[in-house]
Amino acid sequence: MFELCLPAILGGKCIPSAALFGQLLIGLINGSFYALLSLGLAVIFGMLNIINFTHGAQYMLGAFTAYIILQKTGLGYWPALIIAPLIVGVLGIIIERTMLQWLYKLDHLYGLLLTFGVALIIEGIVRNEYGSAGLPYTLPDSLRGGQNLGFMFLPNYRAWVVGASLVVCFGTWFVIERTRLGAYLRAATENPTLVRAFGINVPRMITLTYGFGVALAAFAGVMAAPIYNVSPQMGAELIIVVFAVVVIGGMGSILGAILTGFGLGVIEGLTKVFFPEASNTVIFVIMAIVLLVRPAGLFGRRA
Amino acid sequence: MKKTTCLAALAFALACGTANAQQINVKIGVLTDMASLYADDTGIGSVIAAKLAADEFMASNPNVKVTVISADHQNKADIGTNIANQWIDVEKVDMIADVPNSGVALAINELVKGKNKVFMASGPASSDLTGAKCSPNTVHWTYDTWMLANGTGKAIVKTGGDSWFFLTADYAFGHALERDTAAVVEKNGGKVLGKVRHPINTNDFSSFLLQAQSSKAKVIGLANAGGDTINSIKQGAEFGIAAGGQKFAGMLVFAPDVAALGLKTAQGLTFTETFYWDLNDGTRAWTKRWDKERNSPGKLPSMNMAGVYSGTLHYLKAVAALKSAQDGKAVVDQMKKTEANDSVYGKSTVRVDGRVLHPAYLFEVKKPEESKYPGDLYHLRATIPMDEAFRPLKEGGCPLVSG
Repeated sequence: MFELCLPAILGGKCIPSAALFGQLLIGLINGSFYALLSLGLAVIFGMLNIINFTHGAQYMLGAFTAYIILQKTGLGYWPALIIAPLIVGVLGIIIERTMLQWLYKLDHLYGLLLTFGVALIIEGIVRNEYGSAGLPYTLPDSLRGGQNLGFMFLPNYRAWVVGASLVVCFGTWFVIERTRLGAYLRAATENPTLVRAFGINVPRMITLTYGFGVALAAFAGVMAAPIYNVSPQMGAELIIVVFAVVVIGGMGSILGAILTGFGLGVIEGLTKVFFPEASNTVIFVIMAIVLLVRPAGLFGRRA
Repeated sequence: MKKTTCLAALAFALACGTANAQQINVKIGVLTDMASLYADDTGIGSVIAAKLAADEFMASNPNVKVTVISADHQNKADIGTNIANQWIDVEKVDMIADVPNSGVALAINELVKGKNKVFMASGPASSDLTGAKCSPNTVHWTYDTWMLANGTGKAIVKTGGDSWFFLTADYAFGHALERDTAAVVEKNGGKVLGKVRHPINTNDFSSFLLQAQSSKAKVIGLANAGGDTINSIKQGAEFGIAAGGQKFAGMLVFAPDVAALGLKTAQGLTFTETFYWDLNDGTRAWTKRWDKERNSPGKLPSMNMAGVYSGTLHYLKAVAALKSAQDGKAVVDQMKKTEANDSVYGKSTVRVDGRVLHPAYLFEVKKPEESKYPGDLYHLRATIPMDEAFRPLKEGGCPLVSG
């Protein structure tokens, strides 16, 4: 075993390599949440040109819906993983049909303000109903326990989170970038009139895309419920970081959102070892630097 | 001559009459966390507690009119100070109560001293409020970091938990709690192997937990509170902290936190509190009153809310005795002269440094199968008498203590 040290100018802190591998893995796990959430944001922004500030609230709703499903029907984690995103996705579709669709032609700012307001309302309602301390949601029995990897104890649930997140992320990327359906979608954002001339119902496609993006947020929420505190502010805490991830990756770039999500998770994880006090600022420092060097983000195309 | 005497007598009688029926107006501002990580431990529940005290007092003292207002400091010292300034200067608030978050509370402590009003610190934990930063205008109810460290730390070291690693919230409260606990651990023959400081309101603790695991310490001391404590314990269960032979010591745990964790995750956790709703007939009766106003099934009052109630009641008695709330320091002096006695905290005394002395209790969270009815959360393991529960007067370094 060897040790890794920071240069003396940065404090010269040393950690054994085993601990470092553990931290890298944990960074990857946290990155998978960032990736899932920023993926939904990137899809919505790329296809609808809406900056969806309700995303954090929809993530929180996913977790709460899982809790409510458990309380009211007794259905546990696995059914909730399917049902909760569907319910929250439908709520998203209602928001899109009744409010968002009128804003596509206006400046980004209007969509941003509307979704921000909706997020505050949703959080307020949930806080009023359930308080702020949070609700208990236990791990599914099938994913209890963990593996001893030698350098760290890896809970089975976390391994599942990384796996599921990778599958969902690259599945989404594949559908949008490599299939016919994705081609329609991308064409519809470039030139809706022309696509409509081919007999494709563009508004419905846009609505379903928003619903899908929202369902992704709710899916992440259900994944988070057993390990994070299920509280009304859980989304607000995360959404700022996730927006930074999307900005660093390049607004609307799907691959950018996924790769940056995982990458920043790792960087944040390392900061938690070497300089824990800065762990919730490091992402914003990186964002500032990236914006100075590449204003369109790492994977963004210049408009 | 007779006429003037008559007039003088009449004027005197009038003056006496108005003095007797003189209305005393008192305004209380509950400055709290309404929507973030401490909102269920304080928040609206604290406002209700203040109102309960006000209503109870006004019923037996019709010449005192108490108004309770409230605001959200959002856990930011600058916002808290702005509100407090406006409350005292414009709204004529006489007493500020609650103020969870020691960072905000230390700012309010200075501000209230400067304006000669009263700060009823029932929400913050830092023992500096009655130590180096003590003020003649501050009364510290409910708890402090020294008392938490002393109660929980001592009990755990004595049962074999002699090596510690701290997860500390990186602000005034966490630092104070870590410092006071480390001192107790070392004084009782234990060792502190390391610590890591995390930002307040952290979502993911896995990295910090991994560091705690690799320290091989027997006890992981949580010098944090609210949502941070909940997340630490919840994720600790997942990372097999207990299976690896390590044990959590929640230095500051409130009943609403235990409810949020669920008994399955929280069972066996040992910590110190000064109030539990199911402690005795007095606390049960008070909880019923609180519950009726709160009107949210399943919510439990925390010790902070109970502290707001008892503190406000004692404050109002002092104001009534002085017939004025104007001079904050005089009111606090009056509070120090008399013993407080109510159904929630029982007999309590206010010490010269502003520390309120009342008993503290060591609780252990029940196993799920031991819980008989909703809200049945704790076993009472030990009662720490009031003269042992808090830091001895001379050790605090408070300038108000002479000698």
